[in-house]
Amino acid sequence: MNKAAPQPLYLDNHENNTFKFILNELKPKGKIFTPFNIISIPVIITGLIIMYIRFTQGIGSVTNLSQEVPWGLWIGFDVVTGVAFAGGAYVLVFMVYILNLEKYRPIVRVTVLNGFLAYLFYSAALLLDLGRPLSIINVIIGNGFGVSSVLFLVGWHFLLYMLALLLEFSPAIAEWLNARKARKFLSGLTLAAVIFGITLSALHQSGVGALFLMAKDKIHPLWYNAYMPLMFVVSSVFGGISMVILEGSISSKVFDYQLDKDHHKQHNSILHGLSKVCAVGMFVYFFMQILIFVHQQNMPYLFSPMGLWFMFEMLGFVLLPMLLFFQSYRTHNIGMIKVASVLTLLGIVLNRMNISIIAFQYDSVVRYVPTWQEFVVTLTIIFIEIWVLRWIITRMPILRKSPDWVNNNH
Amino acid sequence: MKKIDRRFFLKAMGVTAASLAVGTSKTTAGDPAHEVGDLPELKGILFDATKCKGCYGCEYDCAWEHELTEPDVIDEDERRKTDHTRRTVVNKYNTSKGEVFVKTQCMNCNDPACGAACLTQAMHKTKEGSVIWRDEKCMGCRYCMVSCPFDMPKFEYHSTNPKIEKCDMCYHLQQQGEMPACAYNCPNGALYFGTRRELIFEANKRIAENPELYYPHIYGEHEAGGSSWMYISPVPFEELGFNTKIQNKSYPSLTKGFISSIAPVDILLPAALLGIYEATKKPKSGTHEKEELS
Repeated sequence: MNKAAPQPLYLDNHENNTFKFILNELKPKGKIFTPFNIISIPVIITGLIIMYIRFTQGIGSVTNLSQEVPWGLWIGFDVVTGVAFAGGAYVLVFMVYILNLEKYRPIVRVTVLNGFLAYLFYSAALLLDLGRPLSIINVIIGNGFGVSSVLFLVGWHFLLYMLALLLEFSPAIAEWLNARKARKFLSGLTLAAVIFGITLSALHQSGVGALFLMAKDKIHPLWYNAYMPLMFVVSSVFGGISMVILEGSISSKVFDYQLDKDHHKQHNSILHGLSKVCAVGMFVYFFMQILIFVHQQNMPYLFSPMGLWFMFEMLGFVLLPMLLFFQSYRTHNIGMIKVASVLTLLGIVLNRMNISIIAFQYDSVVRYVPTWQEFVVTLTIIFIEIWVLRWIITRMPILRKSPDWVNNNH
Repeated sequence: MKKIDRRFFLKAMGVTAASLAVGTSKTTAGDPAHEVGDLPELKGILFDATKCKGCYGCEYDCAWEHELTEPDVIDEDERRKTDHTRRTVVNKYNTSKGEVFVKTQCMNCNDPACGAACLTQAMHKTKEGSVIWRDEKCMGCRYCMVSCPFDMPKFEYHSTNPKIEKCDMCYHLQQQGEMPACAYNCPNGALYFGTRRELIFEANKRIAENPELYYPHIYGEHEAGGSSWMYISPVPFEELGFNTKIQNKSYPSLTKGFISSIAPVDILLPAALLGIYEATKKPKSGTHEKEELS
């Protein structure tokens, strides 16, 4: 992408005109016609047009949602899957700030930033899917606090967690703006933000699973179980970490110029450690799946088409990547870790899509298949997110070291 | 179309008056946190499939009452569902005992899944028994539709300010002391409006007096924790397209465990995390410690 970008300027000590600085930073840096831009710009433009149609003619004009399948790709993928992918942020801050595992500190900031942007953009996707997006304010101002609603709790934990992530990330913004006092104050809040962030995550990750508890008769018994909240948390651990592995591998290539020399060695050691976390997490998850399978007496379903599909998910995208993670941990094979993380992520997509779309209303005559517009809007959201991520990484000290004053100025 | 059996009309009015008298005395003491009154005194409607002759009058009455589009010419052999343009439909089923007509609409459950799902309390079980939808609160998330075991809330997908359509047993009429439009107008006495206590009593009486005519089950007495709409029929309910997988516990009970575990986790987990942090922190001088955190 922006390999040729010049080193970004810091707001230096003499210059007090923050406004001018920000204005300058808003200008694009680097080449405009990169392959990524050439692909993403037309998609984003198409996506924005589709969103306009959605807001002027209703959700039904661009989606295949029906009275039987009220949640489709925008909820099933953007929100339900996306939240699991963003789980890396809470797992990693737990490892670094709570367990004090210093080894993982270099990737905390980029992971937290990724988590924050993911939540921000998935909330945007959620707004697209709401019939009356403006009325979402009712949840906050208390025009009916539905305290017995899982969605209410998920929504509030979601919102507060976004604030916690912003606080965890805020020292980087302060360093970018050269705001020393603000940085000192904000970094003092980090531990509190981390502790509440982890708590909020554990609850909303499980809450996303709990959303489907009442759809007991609609979800195929191979996927429906009373432990869905727990399963969602456990899978968010290795799903989130796999995202960290994949994303870290991509960004250390793309933003190579921001990294110092010993980064790659360090990065491999980090990936190696993370692969073990994934392997253990997936072992727990797979074991729980077997327990549930036996306990619910699901054997009769196994050799139906849905049963084969279930085995495809469990063996191909849980057991196989788990074994790959274990193997790569023993053999220090970094390439295998990346393959395993991709398989794991596909497995998370499969699992969340199965619960929210594919095994949902599984016996209904008319099946839901997303329209091309739904896919384009989903891609649009992901592309805009990458644009914002790139904008921030090229400007703020995310991958590169913090400015010198951070460590010198006690 | 509008022919009303006088005897039934008088009887129904009597039942309404009696139930209103009972209803008001019973439900005033309800605390605001749990507005649903005494379950047996909730209003409901009993549908007797042996009496319905398939005139489809209730579909027209419902459309007029709620300002929805009137049904087109109805094809009897088509299996129709409710949607955002119709809150109720009548379908014909060819069963082991011949043709049977069944009216379908929202069941108005005693403990509705949609009500527990709704994060703005737009879906609301009133103390009279109706499950109503409140326009000014709804944000259109459709979680009620995901949760409802009967798939009854219907959404206007082609509107920029979409509404949820479903039967609320004519709550606006009930508040004026009147009967739901369909029950008031049914010419064959297939719809019997009253309190759940009266309906269950009446249904059991009909089944007991005519055991060879009725299948001995009241659908809606226990299904999904019981509902305001109840059905009796000449044949097992599977033959009439009813979902008989419905559990007898209410659907919100499926999420109660999760909901009640949230507050303890919100309180205990931060304490545990702080404990782990203190236990694993490396000894450092005070000034360095803050820097470590960022």
